[in-house]
Amino acid sequence: MAEVVVEHIKKTYKIKKETFTALSDISFSVDAGEIFGIIGPDGAGKTSLFRILTTLLLADSGKATVMGLDVVKQYKEIRRSIGYMPGKFSLYSDLTVQENLEFFATIFNTTIEANYGLVKDIYSQIEPFKKRKSGQLSGGMKQKLALSCALIHKPTVLFLDEPTTGVDAVSRKELWEMLHRLKRDGITILISTPYMDEAGLCDRVALFQKGRILSINTPKGIIKNYAYPLWAVKAVEMYQLMNAILKEPSVESCYLFGQYTHVAFKNRGGEQAILEDIIKRGTYTQVEYHPIEANIEDCFMSLMKD
Amino acid sequence: MRVLMLLLQKELKQISRDPSIFRILFIMPMVQLLILPLAADYEIKNINLGVVDHDHSEYSRKLTNKLISSGYFKLKDYNTSFKSALHSVELDKTDLIVEIPSQFERKLVTENESTLFVAVNAINGIKAGLGSAYIQSIISDYNQEIRLQWLGHPSFNPQPTIEISSSDWYNPHMNYKVFMVPGILVMLVTMIGSSFAANNIVREKEMGTIEQINVSPIKKFQFILGKLIPFWLLAMVVLTIGMFIARIVYNIIPLGSYFTIYLFASIYLLAILGLGLLLSTYAQTQQQSMLVSFFITMIFNLLSGLYTPIESMPVWAQIITKFNPVSYFIEVMRMVMLKGSGIHDIRYHILALLGFTTLFNTWAILNYRKRSG
Repeated sequence: MAEVVVEHIKKTYKIKKETFTALSDISFSVDAGEIFGIIGPDGAGKTSLFRILTTLLLADSGKATVMGLDVVKQYKEIRRSIGYMPGKFSLYSDLTVQENLEFFATIFNTTIEANYGLVKDIYSQIEPFKKRKSGQLSGGMKQKLALSCALIHKPTVLFLDEPTTGVDAVSRKELWEMLHRLKRDGITILISTPYMDEAGLCDRVALFQKGRILSINTPKGIIKNYAYPLWAVKAVEMYQLMNAILKEPSVESCYLFGQYTHVAFKNRGGEQAILEDIIKRGTYTQVEYHPIEANIEDCFMSLMKD
Repeated sequence: MRVLMLLLQKELKQISRDPSIFRILFIMPMVQLLILPLAADYEIKNINLGVVDHDHSEYSRKLTNKLISSGYFKLKDYNTSFKSALHSVELDKTDLIVEIPSQFERKLVTENESTLFVAVNAINGIKAGLGSAYIQSIISDYNQEIRLQWLGHPSFNPQPTIEISSSDWYNPHMNYKVFMVPGILVMLVTMIGSSFAANNIVREKEMGTIEQINVSPIKKFQFILGKLIPFWLLAMVVLTIGMFIARIVYNIIPLGSYFTIYLFASIYLLAILGLGLLLSTYAQTQQQSMLVSFFITMIFNLLSGLYTPIESMPVWAQIITKFNPVSYFIEVMRMVMLKGSGIHDIRYHILALLGFTTLFNTWAILNYRKRSG
């Protein structure tokens, strides 16, 4: 069953006299108990979409439902059973950890004890600091507290707006582990992130770019749809090599990826010969090249070009 | 109700943890109440007088002495020409020149009349107005004295004179502090009421915490009441401290009952807090709300009758003061404290304030949106 349905949502902002399109004709649906990733660079429209779905923002046109409830007409019911964690830390920094959590539990007519099981994994990590004011917590701990507060009323759908931005690698990993545990509890999770490497951790992802959806699929499906043979190339004279590769007509695209250059070819067959030919023509040292499987970022790059 | 209690609890916790709020709320008003009424003195003494005496007669000397002995004037300059007297006005040494013409005494005796020239430096309008009023009454008093002296027998007085003697009611000693302190108290309560609650809401906007409140089932009126009540209480506490200072320091004991004052203050605060809330729904940052509330309270205070009597304003300004809640409170404070007015006497003021309360708060609630367009 579809838990979140978005149909032809449009949203524009007027900044001075210019109109800026944040979302143009977005449609997708999220099934119950799914981790749905919204992946895209800054300014792709992720936060606007979340604010529309959490009933904080009105779309210009289109229709959206959460748990079968209309985000415009039945916002009251929606607010009672969703959890929202905004991208910016927005808890009371002058209240303690425990006071914050109690406050949000009481607003939703529940207690910490009643839903302790749900937040235990996360909250137990910050519990030693429960008497500390939340403004004095570290970034990772703040995120954990914010997630606890978003979860304390046992929401059916959880909206997480860039929860991993600015969080260290260990905390990121922990957060994703927690999300998978929450998924087992039957909570539907919508998560946005600018990090492509997190896409693989979602059940399905929507790739966003400039207010448009480039593709919606499982991470594996997106990779499977990648049409081009892909090679990784490395040399000491990387810049010259890249320029030489870009001149080659059979090359679709070529971009830096970590310490390698990823080269996508237009057609299958004979890639190795083409590369060897390019390398022979120049003077490159410590050259390495081998075929690779595409990852989400490669897919995003190629989708962006289209 | 439960949610409201929770919000109040949260708010009071936050207020109690903010040391600057306590400093601003209690120390500043006290300082203002201790300094302002003493400094804002309307009575003008020590007007510097310059005398140009061309006559040098007994009569001119008598007049000069009478002016100086009145206590309002200080003889700072004694000149032989008007020009040099004017020069000392230009140097700000004197504020007022009395020029006594030559043959002042002679003309007075032989022709029964004489002239005097009074020039006033009107850069400070209040000082000039009061100075010339004082000098006129002293001169007319002097005139009266001379007449009586000449007539000798009052029974044959051909010209009956009416002497005006006045008694000042409600403030018999014309103590301006009695008049200023209640007004300054109102100003303080207004400043706290209009800016604190507004800033607090805008702070939630700035911090982003309002987002979390907005996605929760908290209702608009609960949120707004949760903000109104704590600041209403704080302002009441400040009012109480102010009344206490007025009683201890200035010995101002209201003639009317404290109950009337508190009843009116509680309605007044609802109106002013409503205004603050209204500002907060429009402002996006604390700077915006601070500046706007500063601007509005300044205009309200200046048009409230605290410094300049409303009756002396032009008609259009008097109409504006009808839309100024501060002017009602200042009037009521003075009525209750000095005249001992009761609830019945201020019923129209109460009605007007209830109107402001309804207007500001309804507007604020309508304009506060949990979601944006």
